[in-house]
Amino acid sequence: MMSMRGVTKRIHAIKFALLSPDEMRRMSATKIITADTYDDDGFPIDMGLMDSHLGVIEPGLRCKTCGGKVDDCPGHFGHIDLAMPVIHVGYVKETKKLLQATCRRCGRLLLTRQQAMEYMQEMETVEELGGDITDVGLVTKETAKEATKRQRCPHCGEEQGKVTLDKPTTFREDGHKLTPREVRERLERIPNDDLKVLGINPEVARPEWMVLAVLLVPPVTVRPSITLESGDRSEDDLTHKLVDVLRINQRLRENRDAGAPQLIVEDLWELLQYHITTYFDNQTSGIPPARHRSGRPLKTLVQRLKGKEGRFRSNLSGKRVNFSARTVISPDPVLSINEVGVPVEAARELTVPVHVQTYNLEIVRQWVKRGPAPWGSLGEYMPGVNYVIRPDGRRIRVTDKNAEVVAEAVELGYTVERQLVDGDIVLFNRQPSLHRMSMMAHEVRVMPHKTFRFNLAVCPPYNADFDGDEMNLHVLQSEEARAEARVLMRVQEHILSPRFGGPVIGGIHDHITGAFLLTHKESRFTQEEVAYILSKIDVKELPPPDVKKGGEEFWSGKALFSMILPKDLNMTFKSSIAPKGDIGLKELREEDSLVVVKDGRIAAGTIDENAVGAFKGKILDKVARDYGADDAREFIDKATKLAIGAIMVRGFTTGIDDEDIPEEAKKQIADVLKSAVEKVEGLVEAYKRGELEQMPGRSLEETLEVEAMKVLGRARDQAGQIAGKHLGIENSAVIMARSGARGSMLNLSQMAGCIGQQAVRGERLSRGYWNRTLPHFVKGDLGAEAKGFVKSSYKSGLHPTEYFFHAMGGREGLVDTAVRTSRSGYMQRRLINALEDLKVKEDGTVRNTANTIIQFRFGEDGIDPSRSVQGHAVDIDDILQEVLGEEPSWKERLREQEVASYGLTEKDMYVELTEEEAEVEEEEPPSEE
Amino acid sequence: MEHQLVPEHRLVSEEEAERILKALRITRDQLPKIRRSDPVIQLLERIEGPIDEGRIIRVTRVSSTAGVSEAYRLVIGR
Ligand SMILES: [Mg+2]
Ligand SMILES: [Zn+2]
Ligand SMILES: [Zn+2]
Repeated sequence: MMSMRGVTKRIHAIKFALLSPDEMRRMSATKIITADTYDDDGFPIDMGLMDSHLGVIEPGLRCKTCGGKVDDCPGHFGHIDLAMPVIHVGYVKETKKLLQATCRRCGRLLLTRQQAMEYMQEMETVEELGGDITDVGLVTKETAKEATKRQRCPHCGEEQGKVTLDKPTTFREDGHKLTPREVRERLERIPNDDLKVLGINPEVARPEWMVLAVLLVPPVTVRPSITLESGDRSEDDLTHKLVDVLRINQRLRENRDAGAPQLIVEDLWELLQYHITTYFDNQTSGIPPARHRSGRPLKTLVQRLKGKEGRFRSNLSGKRVNFSARTVISPDPVLSINEVGVPVEAARELTVPVHVQTYNLEIVRQWVKRGPAPWGSLGEYMPGVNYVIRPDGRRIRVTDKNAEVVAEAVELGYTVERQLVDGDIVLFNRQPSLHRMSMMAHEVRVMPHKTFRFNLAVCPPYNADFDGDEMNLHVLQSEEARAEARVLMRVQEHILSPRFGGPVIGGIHDHITGAFLLTHKESRFTQEEVAYILSKIDVKELPPPDVKKGGEEFWSGKALFSMILPKDLNMTFKSSIAPKGDIGLKELREEDSLVVVKDGRIAAGTIDENAVGAFKGKILDKVARDYGADDAREFIDKATKLAIGAIMVRGFTTGIDDEDIPEEAKKQIADVLKSAVEKVEGLVEAYKRGELEQMPGRSLEETLEVEAMKVLGRARDQAGQIAGKHLGIENSAVIMARSGARGSMLNLSQMAGCIGQQAVRGERLSRGYWNRTLPHFVKGDLGAEAKGFVKSSYKSGLHPTEYFFHAMGGREGLVDTAVRTSRSGYMQRRLINALEDLKVKEDGTVRNTANTIIQFRFGEDGIDPSRSVQGHAVDIDDILQEVLGEEPSWKERLREQEVASYGLTEKDMYVELTEEEAEVEEEEPPSEE
Repeated sequence: MEHQLVPEHRLVSEEEAERILKALRITRDQLPKIRRSDPVIQLLERIEGPIDEGRIIRVTRVSSTAGVSEAYRLVIGR
């Protein structure tokens, strides 16, 4: 039934088993007997560790096993016959389990036939119910545990000893040492049928194979020796380790055969065990790691695979690439959002392959002729060529000396690696790459200095700031890749996010403050100022002035901003500065917070976060959606430049004195807080007298807590309101908070008014000392101050107890984010691993690599969320307005918008990660491999 | 099957099944699967009689974001 067309080979199952000594000898190309590697002439010694039967690493030589040359021969295993058997560290756990669960005399499982049957049955049931290996493993574990418990063998009646493991590889029975030979003999005695009960398939994994009698020697290709410049040979760590094994093995054999004293033989045996243990894992706990002559611990088998630098994570899951660069990032508001500034040093190293054709032969020759580091006559950057690749694949490095000769040699069919020039398309990336906008295509601008630079509007999708962040850049090497990147990955194609159907690229911080200063109410600019602001965007002529006053001409900011809007744009929405709640149109107009755009002219309203901000910008959203990526890119470039022009003309600063409030207000706040504290006191009294009215579904204590929290929360809000009354819209901090540039009114009221109740797990503070939070309070005090209410403001400073409470509350936040980010990062990784090869096919179905259907239509509705309007396929109102030219009443429209953006805040849309948290993210959760 | 979390499942007739497969240009094995032991199938069997392996079930889902959507599942053994 599961037939699939075109598939000729398919992995049905993977079997893991143990290698038997016979099997090892059979797969071995040669037996290794001598620890020597090369003879005096530098040729591999026969039956030595570098025997040419094990493969070839030197070009020109041929493998004695398969006859292949360096790249044809995969390498072949050899083997060492051990003089005495040795425990395998990787299997000590299983070995111990088997020794404990079986009889010391007859080798049978220490369970009655009846019990064994029952466990067997259980295993089958689990398998039948679709249990996987882990579930079956649980049953066998249980079986072994039960068997271990039995003191006397039910089959032969033998009294059992207690088998313990002396880490890492020494087994003891009632304190007496068991030699590996004894262990092996015991394991040999276990009958096949009993193994099946323990979940071991005896056909492929006889337990005595876990005690090594033969050691497999890996091919030389796995442990190549390197020839140093001095001509000396340096061997691989594994080879070093194998030399040790061979030497001790030899001595052990000689001593044993010569009938040396038992003590000496045992010492050598143990030494052999040590070497083989460290050959497998040089970080085995309980024994010192084997070291190189220099004192560096050897990297043996386990070390090659494990951890970040191991084979899995650094060679299989991730690979290093050429044509990439990494450096610190810094902002450049003059660049377009599509561009990236690349330092000259980087541009000279990063190259694009250019194929020589008739049309470009001449120009390519000129490039090559210029040498690897040419400069223009005005000291400007010019691209050179680093390598010329001949049709036969030979690479010629271009130097100043050979440039002219090589240039002459360039012919059709050659390829040259040209250094970056302005306009080349590259991929730009910042880790952690959590969504597709973490890697976008930019156009290169080669620039002086040493950082990558890009437009600030692109910070949000990368989640980048400039406190030392570094980013990676990759130069595309094929025409297809460049075309694909330009069409699909360019920054302007990612203005609308597929996550919530709104813009992720847009104004931030000063852009929004600047837009506010430019457009709020009747802001006017003189001719000189206008000339300065407009010089930042491509404007040839000044627009007509709005007002003439006493002979002087003025331009309104709204008119200036209107210049960059599409001429047929019509929309209406609330500014970010609009007061919250359901308010009348009149009030909205008074605050200049109802933006009305008519035929591309701002008739009223303030441009702020809700218009041009990343995540929220409505104009941005509409321009991107209705006018396309090119227009949206141009709009963002110009809007941010205008805003920066405006903020530079007006000047903008903030400081702690922005939170100054009059004495009188301070007194008012103090009164409010005092009465709140007293109110809580009253609640506590009522609670103690038992007069507190219990809330339904809550205990008396809970009622008190809820009431107290309510009273104190209200007090904090009131304090904030009083403070807010004295902080008008002309206040810089307020401008930033209201326009959405940075900070919130809550931040301000905590600075100017009152910080408020500190909480841990949503409750007032209660832990610390016995029945109190701090020794400064009476035991059992339930009042506001004793349980974490902070009356002070950040500006006035905190009392010592308040400071402590604040630290308690703050700590929870830190712990929370630390825990949350690492967990969500891991969850996302797993989700990505599960979904990575799903694909939307031409017929709209979602399919996996086996071409079976996962979803019949993408997302069940076939809608691309980045083309949707907040998740909906069409915005009916918008279309009606466009077609009928009729506008639904303000109120209705605004309410609808409220619903559409229900609960969506910037925080929800983007989890901000600090440097440290990002670090956590990158750190792998334990045991992936 | 009146449960708010379980969408509507219906047995599809053989003729219709062929039509669906043709419309989707797929073979049966490319459909998502549902086991005969699935409670929904067991319940359907009470209504429709025994349902063999290889029959197709239509699942009609209603969601607040995606509206009504139809999916199909292939009945498999166990
Ligand atoms: Mg940073
Ligand atoms: Zn070979
Ligand atoms: Zn026994």
